[in-house]
Amino acid sequence: MANGKEPDKSGPVGDTPGAGRRLTSDELESRSRSLAAKLAARGVGLKPSSQDKGTETASGVAQAVKLSSEFIAGVLAGAGLGWLADRFLGTSPWGLIVLLLLGFCAGTLNILRSTGRVAENQGAELGKGSDTKKPE
Amino acid sequence: MSNDPIHQFHINKWIPIDVGGVDLSFTNSSAFMVATVAVASAFLYFTSSNRGLIPTRLQSVSEMAYEFVASTLRDSAGSAGMKFFPFVFSLFMFVLVANMLGMFPYFFTVTSQIIVTFCLAILVIGTVLAYGFAKHGFKFLGVFVPSGVPKLLLLLVVPIEIISFLSRPISLSVRLFANMLAGHITLKVFAGFVASMSALGALGIGGSILPLAMTVALTGLEFLVAFLQAYVFTVLTCMYLNDAVHPGGH
Repeated sequence: MANGKEPDKSGPVGDTPGAGRRLTSDELESRSRSLAAKLAARGVGLKPSSQDKGTETASGVAQAVKLSSEFIAGVLAGAGLGWLADRFLGTSPWGLIVLLLLGFCAGTLNILRSTGRVAENQGAELGKGSDTKKPE
Repeated sequence: MSNDPIHQFHINKWIPIDVGGVDLSFTNSSAFMVATVAVASAFLYFTSSNRGLIPTRLQSVSEMAYEFVASTLRDSAGSAGMKFFPFVFSLFMFVLVANMLGMFPYFFTVTSQIIVTFCLAILVIGTVLAYGFAKHGFKFLGVFVPSGVPKLLLLLVVPIEIISFLSRPISLSVRLFANMLAGHITLKVFAGFVASMSALGALGIGGSILPLAMTVALTGLEFLVAFLQAYVFTVLTCMYLNDAVHPGGH
């Protein structure tokens, strides 16, 4: 609280160590990323932008194309990998079977990611930060 | 023929070229790609050639395009990703101008061919892979390993992540291609209704107002889709480039 006797510590810098120094753009960026991750974890995300009725069908079609392309892409990638594995490793038909199933999983994962139900893969090294949502 | 909604996507050879059995003909698709690059370059060049502090209308359009792509890239890949700005801006302008040129009647829509969009997507993913491995080396593989997953499950999760990564160029290209293709076919089908209904006499001519109104509305919608898909393509490109710049997610 600013009572006139002590320095005001309730401001944007707060009590954290190293407060008051200039933040580099990297730090600012990592802060905004962690904020975005927290917001996403609470389900406060980007709402669908077009709410008015006129474009409802259009955005529905866009949504359908988006989700189906995500899913089909996963299955196709799995099937393609399986076909290549069978062809070059001679594992027919197991490569196609296994990788097609994995592709199905990947397609489902793609859909869940693009609807924001599952967080983006954040990589192995650092477990926090970058949760960026896919756009509509 | 004029009522065939698929006819607009036919590829015609304008100048047949054959190099060692490989068909390198200059087609209508090639012509419109050249036109796209020419229109985009000419527009950006002429609107920014006599630049003023107070921009003219057209100058502010190209400035808006620049600012728009720059802020999109900075938001998703951070300031470290800005080294990809020329690449992303070229992609955005190419897709946008190609989509917009496709809205002219009798013009060929380059982005309605899946091979074109797939090549663009492969270019994006290739850049991500090449830059990621060049910059981070083996650590870039961490992008396939989610954090906080039990060791045993990694056997299952890592292949899924790899397939999911490989599916990105497919979904990126299919989305742009499908939107443009579906939009143009819908437009053509409704416009075809106008012609075939008005052949039915007075009642048909009266009734053909309905598909005509639909065509007008769809044209507006298609302009929106043309812009939106260029935007979506750019945003997804930025997000994938973010993986290359920050593979650990920091």
